[in-house]
Amino acid sequence: MSEAVVQDKKRFVVPIGPQHPALKEPGHFEFTVDGEIVTGATVRLGYAHRGIEKAVESRNWTQSLYLLERICGICSHVHAMTYCLGVEKLAGAEVPPRAQAIRVLVAELERVHSHLLWLGVAAHEAGFDTLFMYSWRDRETVMDLLESFTGNRVNYSANILGGVKCDVTPDLASAILKGVDFLEERSRHYLNVVTTDEVFLQRTRGVGTMSKEVAERLGVVGPTARASGVARDIRIEAPYAAYADFPVQIVLAEAGDLEARFVVRIKELFESYRLIHEVIDKLPPGELQTRMPRKIKAGETISRVEAPRGEAFYFIKSNGSDNPERIKVRTPTLCNMGSVVATAVGHQLADMPMILAGIDPCFSCNDRTVAVRDAAGALVTWESLRQRRLAHQENK
Amino acid sequence: MDFGKTWNEVLDRVKTWARLNSPWVIHFNSGSCNGCDIEILATLTPRYDVERFGIKLQGSPRHADVLICTGPVTLQARDRLLRVYEQMPEPKFVIAVGSCAISGGAFQGCYNVVGHVDEVIPVDVYVPGCPPRPEAIIDGVVKLLGKLQPAKQPPQEEIV
Repeated sequence: MSEAVVQDKKRFVVPIGPQHPALKEPGHFEFTVDGEIVTGATVRLGYAHRGIEKAVESRNWTQSLYLLERICGICSHVHAMTYCLGVEKLAGAEVPPRAQAIRVLVAELERVHSHLLWLGVAAHEAGFDTLFMYSWRDRETVMDLLESFTGNRVNYSANILGGVKCDVTPDLASAILKGVDFLEERSRHYLNVVTTDEVFLQRTRGVGTMSKEVAERLGVVGPTARASGVARDIRIEAPYAAYADFPVQIVLAEAGDLEARFVVRIKELFESYRLIHEVIDKLPPGELQTRMPRKIKAGETISRVEAPRGEAFYFIKSNGSDNPERIKVRTPTLCNMGSVVATAVGHQLADMPMILAGIDPCFSCNDRTVAVRDAAGALVTWESLRQRRLAHQENK
Repeated sequence: MDFGKTWNEVLDRVKTWARLNSPWVIHFNSGSCNGCDIEILATLTPRYDVERFGIKLQGSPRHADVLICTGPVTLQARDRLLRVYEQMPEPKFVIAVGSCAISGGAFQGCYNVVGHVDEVIPVDVYVPGCPPRPEAIIDGVVKLLGKLQPAKQPPQEEIV
């Protein structure tokens, strides 16, 4: 933690991070302050950049699935599903309807786990540790369900190219329904807490407000956008997997402040519970997977999925070999990061963790690039990297 | 401070006792996928509740006895990991949680990954898994505490 306050010509800059008590992931923030009031903010990302997009180019289509799933541990199913849907589209494979419905089921269970996780972390940032402990205790219910469903609590690997691995047995179906009913009752309680608790409302109502115009201009996605009244949900706009058969009701709020984001996310939980019930009731019979070729036909495609945090976007290009030629990933947190910088101005420094947590940031998702600097601190360009590689090869 | 030999022995015994009963841990993510991080957080919450062992997760390296590392070490995070480690007071211990922290895991060969955690700082306990279950993380911490026990006491029976 670097808490040193740097003075720069009457401007105080408070650097926070990359290791900091608020979040569990590395990210660096610099807040310019006038007394307690924040007058400017900058974000520096890239600490968790590993170079996954480049690495998949040297792995085959199946190996890439497991690597891409590990972009993010919280929404791993979303990454694997986006990739699988794209590759299946390229290969022209017909995925059985039961597999598509199971993908939706796992995705909604994952949304439940992610939103409950966020609820706890955001409450913790507000100093409301009781809600943190309660919501994480209840989250264990859905973690148990995911574990008995797929075999792992995190990084489920439910997807394979051409379908899914795991099936819903009658025992599991009744366990899921029971767990979901318990969570629905608890979520009702949480909705009541975040909208009526006076102390908590002081931290959320009117804090970090983002109007609909600003949200649209910044290209904000997911629950952060829906809390500002922007009706944007890939599950509705471009239904994928089995979402065309299991339609989703959009959850919107108008206020655009932190309270609205809490309300939208908790109301989305109810929508997920309803969807889980519906999928289990109407689960189509049939096969779980279809056979996929080892080499994927040449071509390029895009694939979009609504992750718990917003739209996940994949560009996939194949040259007909057994390795992908290029995969580009754009994750929701990167789209939402601009809103933190925009809404931070004018608030107290103490509100910064809450405003940051309000977009549900996931740094391992958004660290897709890195700025390379040489020993002197100058930015290294793509061209100079290329020259360096050529020189290196010549010396060999 | 010099208290003389006897006093120092007594002080050391008190310090060891305190350390065993209340290790404070700090968590650093050097490029992990988040999976291990949420499992570490889960160990703090009611079902697993590591606070019953006196373990407390807190923010400053200056207060910490144990550093829990997750993820492969990326180029950008390497210096920060070293800095956090150097800021911790002696004696300090490191737990590497997850396959990536142990061997680089799925991220072996990525261009921005320097390597695993023990290429950068010394590691005392390794907890394998992708991600390890919260029970495994608790077991790792308890094993570390067992290692710190003074040698005079009989070795603890291993719990499987």
